[in-house]
Amino acid sequence: MPKTFSEKILAKYAGVEEVEPGSIVEVIPDVAMSHDNTAAISKTFEKIGVDKLYDPDIHLIVLDHCVPPANATFAENHRQIRTFVKKHGIKNFYDINHGICHQVMAENGHCLPGTIMTGSDSHSTTYGAFGAFGTGVTRSETAVIMATGKIWFRVPETMRIHLTGTFKDGVYVKDLALHIIGKISADGALYRAVEYDGPAAHRFSISERMTLTNLAVEMGAKVGYVPPDEIVYNYLEGRAVKEYEPVFSDEGCHYDEVLEIDLGTIEPVVAAPHTVDNVKPVGELEGEPMEQVFVGTCNNARLDDLAVLAHVLKDKTISSETRLVVIPASSKVMIDAMRLGYVDSIVSAGGTLGTPGCGPCMGNHMGVPGNNEKTLSTANRNFKGRMGNRESEVYLASPHTAAATALSGRITDPRNHPVDWDAIREELQEATLSPVLVKA
Amino acid sequence: MEKVIKGRVWKYGDDVNTDVIFPGKYTYTVNDPEEMGKHAMEDLDPEFTDKVEPGDVIIAGKNFGCGSSREQAAVCLKVKGVGAIIAPSFSRIYFRNGVNNGLPLITSSEVQNVFEHGDTIEIDFEAGEIRGDKGTFSFPPFNEFVFGIMEAGGLIPYTRKRMGIDA
Repeated sequence: MPKTFSEKILAKYAGVEEVEPGSIVEVIPDVAMSHDNTAAISKTFEKIGVDKLYDPDIHLIVLDHCVPPANATFAENHRQIRTFVKKHGIKNFYDINHGICHQVMAENGHCLPGTIMTGSDSHSTTYGAFGAFGTGVTRSETAVIMATGKIWFRVPETMRIHLTGTFKDGVYVKDLALHIIGKISADGALYRAVEYDGPAAHRFSISERMTLTNLAVEMGAKVGYVPPDEIVYNYLEGRAVKEYEPVFSDEGCHYDEVLEIDLGTIEPVVAAPHTVDNVKPVGELEGEPMEQVFVGTCNNARLDDLAVLAHVLKDKTISSETRLVVIPASSKVMIDAMRLGYVDSIVSAGGTLGTPGCGPCMGNHMGVPGNNEKTLSTANRNFKGRMGNRESEVYLASPHTAAATALSGRITDPRNHPVDWDAIREELQEATLSPVLVKA
Repeated sequence: MEKVIKGRVWKYGDDVNTDVIFPGKYTYTVNDPEEMGKHAMEDLDPEFTDKVEPGDVIIAGKNFGCGSSREQAAVCLKVKGVGAIIAPSFSRIYFRNGVNNGLPLITSSEVQNVFEHGDTIEIDFEAGEIRGDKGTFSFPPFNEFVFGIMEAGGLIPYTRKRMGIDA
C-alpha cells in the first residue's frame, strides 16, 4: 500500500514494516536540538538518575534566545549550559556568536533529507525545508533522549498543499504561509504532517522553504515537509555533516486533505493581533501607525529578507514616528549583508542593528515595546504579550511590507515601493557565504 | 494519579496560547515550579493564580496551548493544582507537555457550552466521565502508552521506572 513520507520514515526508524496514522512508535532521532533551555533540560536529565548521555552526538545546542545575555540570570543560564556541554563532551555546540538555532543548523549542514530531527522549540518544523522529519518536542523529552536516546511519536495523518503559479510583485512566501493559516485557522493542520509540493514549491529557495515550514506549526502541524530536490542537494554539497538518504511519499498515498493554491492569487497580507490566523489584506490595515518595525527571527531574517529591506531603504530615511530594529538570523547572514552593502543602507536609513539571535521575538531583550505601542514584525507569532509587554500589539508581515512601513511609520502596501528582484538575485548569486539564497 | 477529582470550572475561549498561560519573558528567569505557578494565566486572567484551588478544572475552546513548546505552560497549571483541562482539541506539543507532567488533558467538545465559570464538576478518569448538575458526559479512554506515562506521574518517573532506577 502506498505510504506518506511520515509513515515511511517513522516505520524505518522504528524498525517495523509499516505503520498507520494514529499508532504510536518510538524512535531514536538523528538530532535533538535545544537552546537556552538546555540548562533546565540538564536539570531534568539529572533527575532521571543516569550519569552519561545515551549518545552525546545526537545533541545539538545553540545559544540564541538572549545573546549576549541581558542580565546575570541569563548569563548564569548560559554558564551552566557551557559546563554541561564540556562535562558530557557535546561536540555540536554553538555559542552566542552564531545566530538563531534553526538557521545555524541549516548553515552548518545538520538539516538533512530523510532524517528525524527534534528540537525543544516549537519552530523545529523548519527542518522539513530540507526533507527532514522535523518537529518540536518538550524539554522533558529532550532530557529523556539524553538518557535513553528515545522519543515517542503518534504517526500523523498528512495534508497536502499543492502549489502552482508564480507570485505577483510584492508578494512573498510569508504572505502565502499567512494566507494558508488565515484560511484553515490556527488549528487547521493540528496533529498532522503538511506536505508542500507542486512546481511552485520546487522553485522556492532554501530561505523561502524555511519561512514556509517554520510557519507550519502556527496551524498546528507536527511536520512541514517539502520533498527534497536539486536545490536542497546543491545547498548540502560540501556542507552536509553526514551522508543522507531522502524519503518521499509514494505515488498514490493517502492524504486526508488536499489544498490547491495558485500563487498568482495571493496578495500581500498582515496577521493582526493577537492570533496568527487573524489575517487581512494589507489594504485593510493601511495607515495604521506602527511605533516599531522589527525585521528578524527564524522566520524572515535571512540574506534575501535583508536584501529587500536594504533595497527599499537605500538612500532614504525611515519615518521619525517609528523605530526599525533589524536582527540578522545568523552571523553568516550579517557578514554577507555587510559585504553587499545592505547593513550600510539599513543603518544609514535609521535602522538599529542587533546581534544575531532571537532578539525581542519572545520579549527577552533588544526591542521590547512600550505600553500601547504597536510593532510590525517579520516574526511568526503575535500573541498578546509575546514581545514582552501585554499592553502592546504585534502585527506580522513580510520584510517588504516591513520596509515600506518603516518609511512611513504606518502600515504600507509594499507595492508602493517596488524592488528590482533581478538586481537582488544577481547580488545574492555573488554572495560568497550563502550561495543558494536566491528568490524563486 | 487520582482516579476522581472534583472542583470548580474556569472557562476560557479558543486558541488559548502558551504566551498568555506563561509569558515568554519569564522562560529563562523563573525556574522554580512554585514561582511558575504565580504567573499562571497572567496575560489572560490576572485573577486566576490567586483564586484557583486544587482540583479546579479548566474548560476551554479548541486548540488549547497553541504556540511555544514551553513546558512551564503545563507545569505552572499543574503546581496550582489544576486537576484537568477539557477542550475540543489541544495543540500537539501542549498535549505532550500535559502527558509528560501528569496533567490530564481531556479531549471533549461536549461540555464546552454546558458548564459555566464557577460550576462544580467531577471527573472520573476510570469511568471516563465528566459529571455535574447539568449532566454526565463520557470521554474516550487515553491511549494505553500515553496513559502509562500519566499513571507513572509523568515522563521522568516513567523513564526512571523503565530504566530500572525506580522499582
